Amino acid sequence: MKRIYMDNNATTAVRPEVLDAMLPFYREQFGNPSSVHWAGRAVSGAVEKAREQVAKLINCSPAEIVFVSCGSEGDNMALKGTVDALRDKGDHVITTTVEHPAVLETCKALEKQGVRVTYLPVDHNGMLNLAELEAAITDKTILISVMWANNETGNLYPIEEIGAIARKYKVRFHTDAVQAVGKVPVDVQKANVDLLVISGHKLGAPKGVGAIYIRRGTRLTPFMHGGHQERNRRAGTHNVAGIVGLGVACELSGAHLHVEAARIRALRDRLEQGILERVPEIKLNGHPDPNLRLPNTLNVSFAYIEGESLLLNFDMKGIAASSGSACTSGSLEPSHVMGAMCVDVVLAHSSTRFSLGIDNTEEDVDYVLEILPPIVQRLREMSPLYNRAEPLSCKECQVIRKVL
Amino acid sequence: MYSEKVMDHFSNPRNVGEIENADGVGEVGNASCGDIMKIFLKVEGNVIKDIKFKTFGCGAAIATSSMVTEMAIGKTLDEALELTNAAVAEALDGLPAQKMHCSNLAADALHEAIKNYKETHSA
Repeated sequence: MKRIYMDNNATTAVRPEVLDAMLPFYREQFGNPSSVHWAGRAVSGAVEKAREQVAKLINCSPAEIVFVSCGSEGDNMALKGTVDALRDKGDHVITTTVEHPAVLETCKALEKQGVRVTYLPVDHNGMLNLAELEAAITDKTILISVMWANNETGNLYPIEEIGAIARKYKVRFHTDAVQAVGKVPVDVQKANVDLLVISGHKLGAPKGVGAIYIRRGTRLTPFMHGGHQERNRRAGTHNVAGIVGLGVACELSGAHLHVEAARIRALRDRLEQGILERVPEIKLNGHPDPNLRLPNTLNVSFAYIEGESLLLNFDMKGIAASSGSACTSGSLEPSHVMGAMCVDVVLAHSSTRFSLGIDNTEEDVDYVLEILPPIVQRLREMSPLYNRAEPLSCKECQVIRKVL
Repeated sequence: MYSEKVMDHFSNPRNVGEIENADGVGEVGNASCGDIMKIFLKVEGNVIKDIKFKTFGCGAAIATSSMVTEMAIGKTLDEALELTNAAVAEALDGLPAQKMHCSNLAADALHEAIKNYKETHSA
């Protein structure tokens, strides 16, 4: 059976060049980079080289990069570290309703400690109103946290404009750029970002490694206390192999960014157009202008059917995608992103995300386009909502839900 | 995640569809949880002669709907009323824990259909 992986926003395969670069650091180059002896010296240079590779991709100085274990750690560090370090300045954080749980749940935890958090709403396209963002800023605002790109819809947020607003009001600006780095150009100087988080496994490096950019002079209370690693900003023995992998993945992404993004964008557009042409009664989730979405992401809802059923059917044909349905989120509610966009609850349950990657081909797209319409039709014919004359008996079915 | 039996009923569901002029129709579920099940009955002499279902929901919802139709067909109404959601899940070799609550409503839909039959065919 064919195996087609279109869930690259969940994770990516480790690139072969990345793995090759990593392996020596599990074997002969096993030393601790903090050690002074030959074994340590052999690897400390590798960590510093990786730091340069990461820095180059986002246009910062290597000294502004701190390695962490994952994107969630970076986001926790940015938010909690800022709240603690700027306690004397204020207690107000501004974020959005569509952030990743790494930010949203951290904000909720901070609220329990007395921090005030404004969750900015989005419109039905999932976009922010920057006037509302500006209006939310008070003299107690210490942090604005807005993701660079949304993991579910692929929506790209106007980070440069938000950076300009943050600078105007002298408020610190954090962005969860986990979905953006490696897919679109990211320049921390241009965007005036103070804190930016990267996750390795989203761009061809392994799981268990990430990085946070901390603009020079940004006071941040450490999240992990312990040894003196990372200039006292993050304790813990370096994940040397993972860090080396992240460095190589960043270098490869940077070198091929424009070519690969254009190629993947063409595949995504082919998939998007193909589905829109072949399947009636569907809804595109996210901004209708494909230029305002990540080049690799397509999120679409198929009316009358539920996402998990769709994914299981795809899976039986070898296609890996993901869904915003409650059944796949592990909770009883569909995706908070769909809720924030006021997507009808039944449509939210069928929201399906295709996130393409460097291994996808035109053949893959055509295979999905061939397989998908009959699956959708079969599930629709099984659904009591399809071709339904009488109104639904439950009240929830008719209301458009709002979350948060 | 799912047992082989669940996947069998999910990929080859039995008794999908509607019965025209059904003797009893029952619908349960909640769109916000993502599961709605509808059961159609043909009853002759207190026995379920034919049964069909339509379901909006996840793999477990579709599989339990299919299973309950197999379990109910040929049973008397009183026997069918004794079928429980737990028995349906057991017949499928179990469901994942998180599915027991939201997607295991097929026996409820069957009971609703029987109730509807009794209401419309009393006297």
